[in-house]
Amino acid sequence: MRKRRLTAKHAFTAWAVVVYGFLFLPILVMAVFAFNKPSSAALAGFHGSNSCSIPPAQIGNITVWNGFTACWFSAGLHDPTYIPAIVTSLQIAAVAAIISTVLGLCAALALARMKPRLRAPFDALVYLTLVVPEIVIAVASLIFFVQARNYVHAFPSLGKVTILIGQVVFNASVTMLIIRARFVGMGDVLEEAAYDLGSGPLATFRQVTLPRLMPAIVAAALLSFTFSFDDYVVPAFTNGTTNTWPIVLYSAVRFGLTPAVNALATIMLGITLAAVIVTAVMLRRSRVRVGPQEAPVLPV
Amino acid sequence: MAVAEKTPDVAAAPAATRRRRSFRPHYPAWLVAPSLLYYTVFFLGPMAILVAFSLATQRGFGSLSYGFDTSQYRQIGSSLYLTIFERTLLMAGLGTVATIAVGYPVAYWMARYLSTYKMLALLLIVVPFWTSFLIRTYALKIILDPHGYLARDLGINILYTKYAVAVGLVYNYLPLFILPVFASLERMDWTLIEAATDLGARPFTAFREITLRLTLPGVVTGALLVFIPMTGEYIIPNILGGGNYEFVGNLIGDQFNQAQNQPFGSALSIGLMAALSVFVIAYILVATKEEQFGA
Repeated sequence: MRKRRLTAKHAFTAWAVVVYGFLFLPILVMAVFAFNKPSSAALAGFHGSNSCSIPPAQIGNITVWNGFTACWFSAGLHDPTYIPAIVTSLQIAAVAAIISTVLGLCAALALARMKPRLRAPFDALVYLTLVVPEIVIAVASLIFFVQARNYVHAFPSLGKVTILIGQVVFNASVTMLIIRARFVGMGDVLEEAAYDLGSGPLATFRQVTLPRLMPAIVAAALLSFTFSFDDYVVPAFTNGTTNTWPIVLYSAVRFGLTPAVNALATIMLGITLAAVIVTAVMLRRSRVRVGPQEAPVLPV
Repeated sequence: MAVAEKTPDVAAAPAATRRRRSFRPHYPAWLVAPSLLYYTVFFLGPMAILVAFSLATQRGFGSLSYGFDTSQYRQIGSSLYLTIFERTLLMAGLGTVATIAVGYPVAYWMARYLSTYKMLALLLIVVPFWTSFLIRTYALKIILDPHGYLARDLGINILYTKYAVAVGLVYNYLPLFILPVFASLERMDWTLIEAATDLGARPFTAFREITLRLTLPGVVTGALLVFIPMTGEYIIPNILGGGNYEFVGNLIGDQFNQAQNQPFGSALSIGLMAALSVFVIAYILVATKEEQFGA
């Protein structure tokens, strides 16, 4: 009996190792190929001093390993298209995260303790924004923005603002659900106590509700930031002439790219991982001081 | 999403005790107003225009007149477009089944056999999300490249075929499936399994009769969570299918990018939503039925 359970455990562990390998292999490939040289044939025909300034069209086959070079990192960081696109994406994602979180927080507070009958239509609307495929939201937003610009002159033309407007629809729904789950889960006993002790609604919100909601608010904002930063489909249709990082990446993947793209992606993953580790360590420290806390809403 | 759906029921319980209270704290209903306004203008607005466009008539390049022209919808009925719809739903269905087959054992492994490293294992499942979706798809393309090691040395040359699209689908949506299924496996009471085996059930019978049944809601939620975006997928068929294996999403995109046939693109969008709504409604029916019987 005991032996059998052990073999089952081994089989599951082996499968898990395979699946984790499958999940991480592409990321490993991305990082390794950030150090790849242009093909030797391409280098023979190229006469520049820095082999990483070779244009994508002449780079040859870089999907196989040609040799080691570290120059793509500096090439990527000085690239005239990639860096501004990353900055644009960061700006849009930051604003989208703020707006979505504020909208989501307000709606979550009001909805969580509303009568189910009043809540149902709004809930249906929220789930609808999550169920409608992104490509449909993207093209619908595109025609809406163009029409709105035709009839209302003050409406912004296609660009950063329209990308933002299109993305907030989905993100506000996600943030609302995350914050509401936490808000409902924490009950209203402490708030009631605050009221009983003579605290006004605003003071109660600021001193009791908000601090306890903070983990969910931060998780929601981070998730919204990630979604927005990594989103290709909505910006691809509502961008006008604005380039975001995923848009630049997509055309690079389709029409030719250099390992500078891999280098930049590797740098960004490194920064994210470092930030996550720092946050985890800080959270662990504060948890020791504050004592046991409720489980995080999402494991993200 | 799945996490959020489950919690309200748990917390509704203390409120339902209805004891007399000095004050029941609640926030004013007008706090919904900003998001309601936002959704009405920037979500329902675009959807309404989409419907109007799908019934409009194309007049020359890029201009159209509104009306009630159903010819766009009839055009979808032609075999060429129906094939693409069929293919999309079939591939999303197969991709979902493959995701379940790959992901369920991993979630099971985490919930059943891990303790100290459980959270780390869960975190590692989400790490791929921190690298751009496009970069990861591109890296898959490198791995599957005909000149790459997989194709040359192992003879697995599948880039620009439906198999590459399927691998891309499973790869990208696997974490999204594992998370809700893990959540439902975490709530499992493993002593039930012990009881069943003590009473003479074979391990597989115990799994089928207890674990699978108790985690089925999580599996169905996770499956829907990956099936919906797979059906609307745009990037994976484009990059890994190389244009040989288009989804409805690509067809819609083409109507707005290249063909400039916006009425037809709008009608295709409505068609895609209609196809998806069948599955969503089925899910809602199943979910409410389960709630009623307390399964």
